[in-house]
Amino acid sequence: MMDKYYITHLRELESEAVYILREVAAQFENPALLFSGGKDSIVLGWLSRKAFFPSKIPYPLMHVDTGHNFDETIEYRDEFVKTINARLIVASVQESIDKGRVAEEHGKHASRNALQTTTLLDALEEHKFDCAIGGARRDEEKARAKERFFSHRDEFGQWDPKNQRPELWNIFNGKKNMGEHFRVFPLSNWTEMDVWQYIAIENIPIPSIYFSHKRKVIERDGLLLAFSPYLNLDEDEQIEERIVRCRTVGDMTCTGVWESKAESIEDIIQEVAATRVTERGGRVDDKRSETAMEDRKVKGYF
Amino acid sequence: MTTKNSYLDMELLRFTTAGSVDDGKSTLIGRLLFDSKSIFEDQLDAVKKSSEKKGLVDVDLALLTDGLKSEREQGITIDVAYRYFATPKRKFIIADTPGHIQYTRNMVTGASTANLALILVDARQGVIEQTKRHSYIASLLKIPHLVLCVNKMDLVDYSEEVYEQIVADFKGFVAKMDIKDVRYVPISALNGDNVVTRSKNMDWYNGSTLLHLLENIYIASDYNHLDPRLPVQYVLRPQKIEGFHDYRGFSGRIGSGIFRVGEDVTILPSGFSSKIKSIYAYDKLVEEAFPPMSVAIELEDDLDIGRGDMIVKPNNQPQVTQDIDCMLCWFSDRPMQLGGKYALRHSTAEVRTMVKEVVYKMDINNLVRDEDDRDVKMNDICRVKLRTTKPLFIDDYKKNRFTGSLVLIDEATNNTVAAGMIH
Repeated sequence: MMDKYYITHLRELESEAVYILREVAAQFENPALLFSGGKDSIVLGWLSRKAFFPSKIPYPLMHVDTGHNFDETIEYRDEFVKTINARLIVASVQESIDKGRVAEEHGKHASRNALQTTTLLDALEEHKFDCAIGGARRDEEKARAKERFFSHRDEFGQWDPKNQRPELWNIFNGKKNMGEHFRVFPLSNWTEMDVWQYIAIENIPIPSIYFSHKRKVIERDGLLLAFSPYLNLDEDEQIEERIVRCRTVGDMTCTGVWESKAESIEDIIQEVAATRVTERGGRVDDKRSETAMEDRKVKGYF
Repeated sequence: MTTKNSYLDMELLRFTTAGSVDDGKSTLIGRLLFDSKSIFEDQLDAVKKSSEKKGLVDVDLALLTDGLKSEREQGITIDVAYRYFATPKRKFIIADTPGHIQYTRNMVTGASTANLALILVDARQGVIEQTKRHSYIASLLKIPHLVLCVNKMDLVDYSEEVYEQIVADFKGFVAKMDIKDVRYVPISALNGDNVVTRSKNMDWYNGSTLLHLLENIYIASDYNHLDPRLPVQYVLRPQKIEGFHDYRGFSGRIGSGIFRVGEDVTILPSGFSSKIKSIYAYDKLVEEAFPPMSVAIELEDDLDIGRGDMIVKPNNQPQVTQDIDCMLCWFSDRPMQLGGKYALRHSTAEVRTMVKEVVYKMDINNLVRDEDDRDVKMNDICRVKLRTTKPLFIDDYKKNRFTGSLVLIDEATNNTVAAGMIH
């Protein structure tokens, strides 16, 4: 067979993700795409526009908003939603706190990261979403390596890692009972590098905080954290200015920033290629214990 | 690592690894990831800590691949885990499947999408029952390429005779199976011999290192380019969008064959004919579509077509039938019910089905048919006859993995309980 009948690895991953997104639209009544403003969910939004072109994306984007955002993320979010012509729903952690559904953490390591699970599960129930599309990738973290594309959640939103449905060929089983839902991960087979390379070949706009910029930071446990009013400081912690960029984008209180001079996507790709620490190495939320991610996922985290 | 822009022309290779913990499978994967610099410092640190906790002197690379808490506690792999690494030539997806518990179920799952099966044998033991089982499953699932890694060569003094004997044994055995392309590599995963770098201990071996093989094995012809099949996945009807008022796009992933604009097509099950008006690859028009592209096809005629229908060519059609003869691998701890009814998924179609007959069970330890025992339990492989409520459009799995495969779903639990390869 002639060589022209093959596609590159990025186009194959793209085709696989689009297939999954169309499968979601076909198999579920009321899906939603979880949008954080991070690069993975941006790629998901981008792929969604492509999957249903020229139709509108048949599901809304939902942002679980901790209230502790980089300003740039929110600005970007509103612009991006217009670009891909999607509908946005915001589920607020602040509201969950106000309603007494969750209590704010205290002390130096206080973060709203863990609180998001309740807000997310409440929002899924309120909007009667039966499927939440997420940008998680199997290369991110060891518990994610065994996640399925179509991941079943029981009526409590919990994941049962030892009892997952086998997935074969391109056949996906989204059957469920009332009250249960699915998490679907179209980027399962992508690596951090694939995501950046795809952003490069597609010229996808990304939030400015991914590029190097001057920012007030504090150093804690060997990580740099962006300074913000939401961060509880120890007396001996110093605020300094550094040239940094974000490698992941999450809640401001637990997302590390990196010293970097990367000013373009190509710079970032070069940097990722040379980096010897995983992107989640900068996430305080994953460092709470060896199985922090698995424990949170079982309860219904992203 | 990846040099500037080489990613614009990289291929994807999916492979599955089989072998038990004792064969050094996890160590081999750890070695591939480690030597190709796909392991990060924080991951290595975590593994170092775990190794120390377990009282080990050296870093146990196997710990890199054991994902779940219960697995690390028990030191076994209980589920398919996916690993990723890339070289400037290719990106690799490894489906790492356990060798013992539920091996059949997991290996079948991992094998279903693989281009290549990597099977490990321990040089001290040679070809054993388990090697045969794994090869049988690779052949059953029609994985196009198989690499037999003779591991732990360091423990047999890197002996050429030992290696050649194992290769000869395996060749004799695999000749009876339907595997197109078999390769052999003598390695030591623990020391890295012939994994990424050429071994200085085995001058007698002139072949490729394992990684070189994985990077260069020809996979572009693994897809079927001959029999055009587009299972309709989702219908795009934008209506109110400017310029697309009457547009109806039949979207899906090309299962096999090549479709071109202007060609005649037939729609199943209706049998109606039309011509391809346009092909969209997402938001761009293309002239032709081939696997594994996701596209949307627009037809000249306004036909009633929905999910589960199939677009094919008039002169090349699949079999349309309600009677399915297939090899089935049973996954569920609830045994198969003869005469029982299940939901059946095939490409994008869903029907109900009844198990009419168990023709034989495969004794996969001895690779012989067992026509006396017809009780099908978890991890059993059997030949069955199914009857469906509606016709399916099927091909022989040997020719077409996408229109030749199916799964059964238990309607009471919604679990996927079996995978089938159609004859």
